[in-house]
Amino acid sequence: MLVEIDNLRISFATPNGISEAVRGVSLTLGQEKLGVVGESGSGKSLTARAILKLLPGGAMMSADRLSFDGIDVLAASEREMRGIRGRRAGLILQDPKYSLNPVMPVGRQIAEAWRLHKGRAASRRNAEQAAIDLLDQVRIRNPARVARAYPHELSGGMGQRVMIAMMLAPDPELLIADEPTSALDATVQAEILRLIEDLVARRGMGLILISHDLPLISHFCDRVMVMYAGRVLERLPAGELARARHAYTRGLLDCLPSLIHPRERLATLARDPAWLTA
Amino acid sequence: MIEVEDLHVRFAETHAVKGVSFSVPQGGSFGIVGESGSGKSTVLRVISGLNPNWSGRIAIGGDEVGPKRSKSFFRRVQMVFQDPYGSLHPRQTADRALSEPLLVHGIGDIEGRILRALGEVALPESVRFRYPHQLSGGQRQRLAIARALMAEPEVLLLDEPTSALDVSIQAEVLNLLADLQQRRGLTYMLVSHNLAVVAHLCPLVGVMQHGEMVEQITTAELRAGRTCHPHTAELRALSVELEDPEEALGGVE
Repeated sequence: MLVEIDNLRISFATPNGISEAVRGVSLTLGQEKLGVVGESGSGKSLTARAILKLLPGGAMMSADRLSFDGIDVLAASEREMRGIRGRRAGLILQDPKYSLNPVMPVGRQIAEAWRLHKGRAASRRNAEQAAIDLLDQVRIRNPARVARAYPHELSGGMGQRVMIAMMLAPDPELLIADEPTSALDATVQAEILRLIEDLVARRGMGLILISHDLPLISHFCDRVMVMYAGRVLERLPAGELARARHAYTRGLLDCLPSLIHPRERLATLARDPAWLTA
Repeated sequence: MIEVEDLHVRFAETHAVKGVSFSVPQGGSFGIVGESGSGKSTVLRVISGLNPNWSGRIAIGGDEVGPKRSKSFFRRVQMVFQDPYGSLHPRQTADRALSEPLLVHGIGDIEGRILRALGEVALPESVRFRYPHQLSGGQRQRLAIARALMAEPEVLLLDEPTSALDVSIQAEVLNLLADLQQRRGLTYMLVSHNLAVVAHLCPLVGVMQHGEMVEQITTAELRAGRTCHPHTAELRALSVELEDPEEALGGVE
């Protein structure tokens, strides 16, 4: 197993006492595509970031087991974690604008990531060529020109492709994509997701796709995990989303406006307090 | 209620809106869909008076408007933005945000109107003296809508009003907008990248691409798949594919 999580808990100290953001989440991931769905505050991003030990300051984390490819993440030193982050597990965030260095051409940023992981033996020229190859792999039409561009000169979709190229540079085994397409147009969104899907299949990576968009997740993943208030409420094969049983999952599906099945009034979610403890 | 004829907008070297025309009847809703850079938000900003560099003809309720708008214009037309966090003053309480339009337009009975406004958008009275950061995303958007309605406008311009919200909250805000329209006879213009959201609220939809309105289509035709322009068909296909993969493969009619 690539990732094994058992009874993960993450909490924060607040002026009003301890607030638990993740409450006993367990999951395993192999070479497959796992979708994690939930509303803001459901703990979906924290759960994924815990694998990389990239939690906000002040977060307290505990788990019966939290391992990445057999490595005990809880016991791992910062030094060991740096060997995993970026190198063996990549993280793609929602907005490439905040993840790229604004004052460095994107080609150099990708080359830097590539050299960092290939060791000092890699020459600057090789790295530059590798960056252009990677840009080509994420289907950028004129990779040499884009490599010389600065982040602000790129569109949102192009910036996200650059981020993906950068994450692929070290040939990771796991890709965590946190709302990778929420800031993009529908046509671009579909292209980026197909690209991720294709790369994951071709390179035999594991993928954790985090989104608030249930239909999107079920379209691109093998399995779906639905989170609410820091717990997993339902797990199901992506293709069987229409047969979801939990009232929360059903509620999320029912409140979407639909193009094909119009409704006079949208259903709203009646939150059952029992979901917090179920 | 809203008439736009041959609207052009230029920014430096970009021709952002190229001859867009449409009209919205009183009490009706017109939606604009398109991707980023298609010019959809620019059209809305021009109508709201936020962008003075345009040519063409715009009339609201039969009165032609110029680049500069009068105070009475802003009583008739109000706008709601995507991110209420950006459009509400961070250091003003809900009470202050709601009372300001009343002071600007010299409307009395501030106390009563604020309480009624909170009730109308289903906000508890307890939020009245809270700051925007103390509200949830859905509450902030309700507050922004309440504020836009304070001066009792006839037209509400909605720019991606639910894009920053969770789907469960989006449903509540869309229902609220539908209720308000029915109760007050408001005229809506809704801009969104989400075709299903636009179709839910608007019987007529304009599709924009590269600054042109390439098609105007009724929601019924759109749902049935009787599109004329390839870009409309493409946007529809993407929306349907996510909603119902089997239907997308089988094709409609």
